Amino acid sequence: MTDATTAGADVGPVTTLATPISLDFDFTPGVAQSRFLKALATGTFVGQRCPVCTKVYVPSRGTCPTDGVATTEEVVLSNSGTVTTFCVVNVPFAGQSIEIPYICAQILLDGANVSFMGLIQEIPTDQIRMGLRVEAVWVDDADLTPSLASIKYFRPNGETDAPYESYEEYL
Amino acid sequence: MSAPSGTVRPVSVASFAQSPNIRRDDQRNEVEGLLPVIAEVFGNIGITKDDVDFICSGSTDYLIGGPFSFVMALDAVGVWPPRAESHVEMDGAFALYEAWTLLQEGEIDAALVYSFGRSSLGDLNEILTLQLDPYYMAPLWPDIVSLSALQARALIDAGKATEADFAEVASRSRRDALANPKAQVAKDVAVDVLLQDPYVVEPLRRHALPPITDGAAAIVLAAGDKATAWSERPVWISGIDHRIETHALGARDLTSSPSTALAAQHAGVADGKVDIAEIHAPFAHQEIILRQAMGLDASVTINPSGGALAANPMMSAGLIRIGEAASRIAAGQADRAVAHATSGPCLQQNLVCVLEGA
Repeated sequence: MTDATTAGADVGPVTTLATPISLDFDFTPGVAQSRFLKALATGTFVGQRCPVCTKVYVPSRGTCPTDGVATTEEVVLSNSGTVTTFCVVNVPFAGQSIEIPYICAQILLDGANVSFMGLIQEIPTDQIRMGLRVEAVWVDDADLTPSLASIKYFRPNGETDAPYESYEEYL
Repeated sequence: MSAPSGTVRPVSVASFAQSPNIRRDDQRNEVEGLLPVIAEVFGNIGITKDDVDFICSGSTDYLIGGPFSFVMALDAVGVWPPRAESHVEMDGAFALYEAWTLLQEGEIDAALVYSFGRSSLGDLNEILTLQLDPYYMAPLWPDIVSLSALQARALIDAGKATEADFAEVASRSRRDALANPKAQVAKDVAVDVLLQDPYVVEPLRRHALPPITDGAAAIVLAAGDKATAWSERPVWISGIDHRIETHALGARDLTSSPSTALAAQHAGVADGKVDIAEIHAPFAHQEIILRQAMGLDASVTINPSGGALAANPMMSAGLIRIGEAASRIAAGQADRAVAHATSGPCLQQNLVCVLEGA
C-alpha cells in the first residue's frame, strides 16, 4: 500500500471536485395563495379579481401582474373548465409517478382569466383536443389537504366542446 | 477614471420607500411584501408605473431557495405595456448604479429601483457561505459571522480598534434607531453594559452582529424635467462608483478597505464637507474600517438611521442607506451626504454615492 503522505504523487492532478450543497428553506405561500390552498382543502377553486382590469387569477399571488395592484376580491370558480392546449407525455423520466402515456393540459376554469396545468384522465390519449370541456375530480373528503394533491385529475364533463373563440385569448 | 466635472448628467433620488423591517414576515410572500413599497415610492411624488422608463431590481434566489424570484417580483410593479427591465443578484444599491448608468445615456428620464429579501426563510449564516469561492472556501462552510470575527480580530491585532470601539458603534446605532420607525432593533444601552454580553464568535459579541431581517425598499431616480417636477428640492447624485476586491480572503488586508477608498475617491467624497454618512456596515467593526477608508472624520454624523445594526434586510440594506441619506437632504437636515453599500464577505465589494441638495 502506498503511504498516505506520498499517494498524491501517483494519482495525478485533481480534475473534478464534488462539493455537495444542501440548504433547508421554509416556504411562505403568502396571503392570496394561502386562500387558494385552503379552498383546495374544501374541494373548491378560489381566485382573485384585479380591481383595475377585472381579470380573475387562479391561483392569485396577491397582485395583478398587468396593473401592479393588490387583488383583493375573492372569486369562487367553477369546478369545470376548458382545455386550451395539451401535451401527451410519452417519455419516461426520473421520479415519474403516473403511467405513460398520459395527458398534461392547460385548463381554463370557467370564470378565470388564466389557465393552469392539470392531469387529464378518463379519455384515450388520441381523443384529447383543444376546447374539450373538463371537470375536476377531487380526492375523497377525508384526504383533502391545502395542496394541489387534493385534485386527483380532470376528466371530460360531457359538455359540447367550447368554441375556439372562447379561449383563443388564453393560448 | 472618474468622469471630468460637468460631463455627468444630473440624476436625482426623487423618492424613497421601505417596508417595516421585521425578524420574520410569515404571512406575505415576496410580491405581497413589495407591493405596498412600490405603491408608496410612486405615491410619494404622485406618479405611476407608467412614468418610469426602466426598472432594475436587486435580490437573490438563495434567500427564497427557488429560481427566478426576481421575475415573479415584477408582479408587484405591473410591467404592462412591456418596458426595459433588469436585475442584479446584488443589493439594490448596485441595481441603482445600473439605472444611474442608463440615465447617463440620456435616452430615458426616470427609473424605478427596488430590492427585497426575506432572510428568515433559511439559515442565513449558511446561505451566505455560498457567496464564497466555490472551490477552496465554500466547501469548508465558513459562516459569515466567523469570517467577520476573523476580520474583527485582525483589526484588534493591528491596533486599529478595540472591543469597546465595537460596542460604541453598536450603542450609538441602536440609540439613534429609536428615532427610526422602520428600525428592527432600537434601544439605549450603554457601552459598559454591552461589553458584558457573551461572545457569539470571539471577539464579536451579540451587539456587534446585525439582526436578521425581512424587508424591501425602493427608489425612483429622475433626470431632466422630471427631476425638477417631482421634487421641490431635488437631491442630486453628484458622484457614484463601486469597486471590488479579490474573493480570496487570505489575499486581502481585512483591516482596511481599498475598494471603498477607491470608490470614495472616484465619487468625490473629499470634494466638499460631508454632513452625514449612511454606511452599510453589517458588523459593528466594519463601520470603523469604512469610515477610515472614506476619510470621514468626527464632524460627520454617522448612520442617523441606526444603519445595518438596526435593520439588515438582505439585498436592501445598501439601497436603504442611499434612501436614508437622500431623505435627510430632502428634509433640509443636511446639504451633502455620503451613502455606502457593501456586498460579499468582509466588505469585498463596495459602492459609494455622494448626494447633494440643490
